[in-house]
Parts: sequence; structure tokens; C-alpha cells
Amino acid sequence: MLKKDLLVFLTAGDPDTKATLDFMLSVEKYAIIELGIPFSDPIADGKTIQRSYYRALKNGFRVKDVFLIAKEFRQHSEKPLVLMTYYNPVFRLGLEKFVERAKESGFNAILLVDLPIDEAGAYLEVCRKFEIGTVFLAAPNTKEERLKAIDDASTFVYLVSLYGTTGAREELSSLALDLLFRAKKICKKPLAVGFGISKAEHVEKLIKNGANGVVVGSAVIEIIEKFGKDAGKYLEEKVKELSRALN
Amino acid sequence: MRFGEFGGRFVPEVLIPPLEELEDAYSRFKNNVEFQKMLDYYLKNYAGRPTPLYFAENLTKKVGGAKIYLKREDLLHGGAHKINNTIGQALLARFMGKKRLIAETGAGQHGVATAMAGALFGMKVDIYMGVEDVERQKMNVFRMKILGANVIPVDSGSKTLKDAINEALRDWVSSFEYTHYLIGSVVGPHPYPTIVRDFQSVIGKEVKVQILEKEGFLPDAIVACVGGGSNAIGIFYPFIKEDVRLIGVEAAGKGLDTGKHAASLLAGDKGILHGMFSYFLQDSDGQIATTHSIAAGLDYPGVGPEHAWLKEIGRAEYVAVKDDDALKAFLDLSKLEGIIPALESAHALAYAVKVAEEMEKDEVVVVNLSGRGDKDLNIVMEALKC
Repeated sequence: MLKKDLLVFLTAGDPDTKATLDFMLSVEKYAIIELGIPFSDPIADGKTIQRSYYRALKNGFRVKDVFLIAKEFRQHSEKPLVLMTYYNPVFRLGLEKFVERAKESGFNAILLVDLPIDEAGAYLEVCRKFEIGTVFLAAPNTKEERLKAIDDASTFVYLVSLYGTTGAREELSSLALDLLFRAKKICKKPLAVGFGISKAEHVEKLIKNGANGVVVGSAVIEIIEKFGKDAGKYLEEKVKELSRALN
Repeated sequence: MRFGEFGGRFVPEVLIPPLEELEDAYSRFKNNVEFQKMLDYYLKNYAGRPTPLYFAENLTKKVGGAKIYLKREDLLHGGAHKINNTIGQALLARFMGKKRLIAETGAGQHGVATAMAGALFGMKVDIYMGVEDVERQKMNVFRMKILGANVIPVDSGSKTLKDAINEALRDWVSSFEYTHYLIGSVVGPHPYPTIVRDFQSVIGKEVKVQILEKEGFLPDAIVACVGGGSNAIGIFYPFIKEDVRLIGVEAAGKGLDTGKHAASLLAGDKGILHGMFSYFLQDSDGQIATTHSIAAGLDYPGVGPEHAWLKEIGRAEYVAVKDDDALKAFLDLSKLEGIIPALESAHALAYAVKVAEEMEKDEVVVVNLSGRGDKDLNIVMEALKC
């Protein structure tokens, strides 16, 4: 799925579902979109994405909307689409039903932030059944053996670049490259790096050092926070600029 | 790692190694004679254990049924059972070489107990507390500050206990190398529910010895309130294999049909939050609900996984008591026995009285009086409009 790609995280329904679709269409030329389901208790996320989730929930976001957005997106684009969520909304809808709906609405892979591989047995089975990809996280403190198991279970591996939550940082974490080099030796699947990445120079550095994908989230959500429904063209500018750093 | 299907470890990958480290350290800590001696020493000389098992004669007479005994955790240092766990975990943190403690608190009791342990063992303490709770519990905020802890107000989400836990977890993700997250109840990812249960089981162990001394037989029923469920599991656990009725009392708030309650076992659904698979109050999309109880310590949308399991296998019964009935029990015990109970414990009392009424006079009910009510006087004043 990944070669040398920019991944852009967007919150489904922030500020509303129609705007989300507009945003997706304005950046899909330059990036693969990772669409997040807003959750009431996002423990892995920093302030920016928390606020984004609360805006979406306040505006009446429902889980079914994420499938509608994806279906609509599929009318216009063939680009891969990754679904990101905490586990509870998945479990609540029903594991099988959720995965089936994700597949039929056009998602190519699912990332569950708070479902580590040890708890993922049933989930992996269902995802294989419906032929949808699975993305797992690996962190700077993930040991070699675990990294192997994560690689085995993943379509691509999402490397968490730092110890902390999501959120734009000025500098690229010093842990990011260490983890990337370690993962390159162990993993067979493509490697994406995320958390804290906000600038073109971060993207450039990671790609140069062998990352197959770089994920930008909070840095684009900040634009939506600032411009609301009219954020489309500013998003496009930012993502275009970041994508230039891929080459 | 699990209680039946409940519990588990549902956390972002970065927290797996610290949880494994904690699990490993805890298994060594349990067998470390020196640290176990220290734990016993501080529980006895600092916290004030053992606590009395008091025969509430006046209350028993008024109810006219089974004999009612109160396990006086309200007499512990700090005024609640919380200190059993914070001394234990602070020692565990020292054993692991961690220099800093973080904790969440709702009403402030666990925050205060953590601040005490931090002061005692010379550790830096940061307490996360929802902005709503900071506002409602000014005295406890001040107590924590006097004890040298730093209180960090949390203004995300519902601005209450669940959000304070979220924020503590976010802190821990970046600070685990030098920080121990001192969880205050039998909740969270494995091994927390087991660790907290073990430290709180001292309550039940003492009851077993004390009731045999006083009555010569084990109690017929044990009643305790359940928010996250630490005082309840603490008194239940040593009796799980005995022939004793175990009754957990959740907060029915303004009524289970009003949506304003905190009864996750009675009215919640299975789900995943704060690292565990358990019962949670949530909407049909899996978004976690806001809760209500007059007792801040019960005001949590989830419950410890071991309770979920005890309910599932039918080993413990779970019921709920409304704000008004808890308030009445609060006033009754104050007048009849001269003991002002915490509003949390008043939930257990309210139901224990009902249970005792229907039992024989030679039977025995033990209530876990998990805390004292001084902290609740403002709330009670407001509720009585006096």
C-alpha cells in the first residue's frame, strides 16, 4: 500500500461530514488519507486531536457517518483509505459488522490505536475474512520479538516516533530515526512514521532514511481548527508543500 | 491477566513495556520480605491498621433484623480505605526505582492518599483532577497542595474522573521511565486491577479474623459500595470461596431510568475503556456516557473487571441505591451511632439495612464503611438546603 507516501490524518465529522469529504477530495492528489472516528476518551491523542473529536461529536457525528463519507469518497477517488479508531466503537457496533461495513464502504485498512496484537486474535481473523488490511503500532520501546509479531500482523507498520501523544512538534524526535533503522532491519512490511510530525523537513528526513510513509495529523487539524469549513484550500496548500518533500 | 473474559490490556503499544515491567516488578515485590515488612509497618503505624470491626448496636436494634457490623475504614489516616493502596503502590514504585507518582482523582480522596504516600516516601507527586471536581472539592485540592502535591486541572471531555484518568495515561505514555502511575481503583489495564485488589484485600482478611473472634462464624452477608470497586473487592476477595453473600451497591443517582446515575454493572454494556474490557455506561456508538452520583467517588462510567466477572458468574450480587436513599442512610448513621459516613459508604449502608431487615436476628451483615463523611458536608448541606 505504501511506497513513498504522505499520509494525512483527518477526523471524520470535524466540523461536519460534508466538510470532511471536501477536505479529503482537496488533499487526495497528494496524500493517502487516514480517517479517524471521533471518540469521547482518546487517550493516545494530544490536545489538537482531542478538540477535533469533541467538535465532531458536538456537531452530532455518528459512527455510521464514517462509512457514508468513505462511500462518497470512493465515487471520486481510487486512493487507499485507512480507517483509524479506538476499539470501543468497533466492539459496540459488533466486530464483524464493523469490519464488513468498513470493507464495503471502501476502506483498505484499519488501525485500532488501543488494540495491541495480544488482544487482536478475533479481530485479525475477521479482517482476513473480509480481506481488509490491518495496521498496528510499534513504539520506540517495542522489543525485537514483538516488532516481528507486529510486522507479521500488519499490512504496514505504524512507527510511533516518540514517547507521548499525538500533536505537532517543532523538532523531529531523536527516537524516530533509531526506531526506523531498527524496524528496517526486522520488518518485511512497509513502514510509516507518525506522531509529532509537522514540517516538510521532517517528512524529507524520514523518507530519505527509508520510511515508506509519513503521517501528519495535528498539523493539518490545526488548519481545520482555524478555518473551519473553509479550510479546504489551506489544507491543500499545506499538504502539497509537505508532499513535495517526498521527492 | 483476565477475570473470565474481563480485564486484559487494551492500551497503545508504547504502554505495553511499562505494564510488563510493572507486572514483573510486582511479582518480585510480593515475595520481597523486606518490602512486605515495610508495607506491614506503614499500614500499622502510619495508616492505622487494623481498623475496628464495630457492632452497630443502635442501628441493629432500630432495623430489628440481622446484626450489623461496620468495618471502620473511615478511621484510617486520610479518612478512607484509599491509603491501603497508595502506601502499597508507593512502596512498589520505590522498589522499581521510580521517583515520581502520578494519579487521577475524582472527589480527591485518592489524590490526598497519594499525596500522603508521596510526602512520606519523598516522591514528587502530580495529581490529575477534572476541572468540575476541582471546583466541587476545593478542600481536598488544598489538602493535596499542603501535602506537597501538584494538582493539574483537566478541562477536556466531561472534566471529571474519567478524563483525569485519560490525562494521567497521556502523562504516563511520555514519563513511564521515571514515573509510576498510581491508579486508585481496581480498574485500568492488567496488572492494575490485581495489584489494587491485593493491596485492598487487607480489609477482608481482617474482617475474617475479627468476625470469628466476635461471633465465631463467618458473616452471612457483606455489603460494599462500588464505583470502580476497590473497597468492595478489598472486603469481598478473602470471602469469594466462602459461603457468604457478597453484595455490591452501585450509585443509582436520580434513578436508573433517568440516565443520571453511575450504575455501570446494572445499566451498562460491555466495552473497552482505560485499558480494560468491562461494563461501561455508553451510547449506541460506544461513546462513553457522562454519569451522576451524589457521591463523587462512585461517579465513574465503568467498573473493575473482577466485579464484571463476579457478576457474570453469579458469585456476587449487584444492586443500586439512589442519591436520596444514600443521603438518608448518611443522616441515620450519624444520629444513631455518632458516625458520619462518606456518601459513598452511605450507599452500602442504605442497602445493608434493607438486607438486614429480612434476615434473622442471629445472622450477621458486615458493611464496609469505606470512608468518613467530613468531605461531603458541603454537598449534604446543599442537598438539605440548610
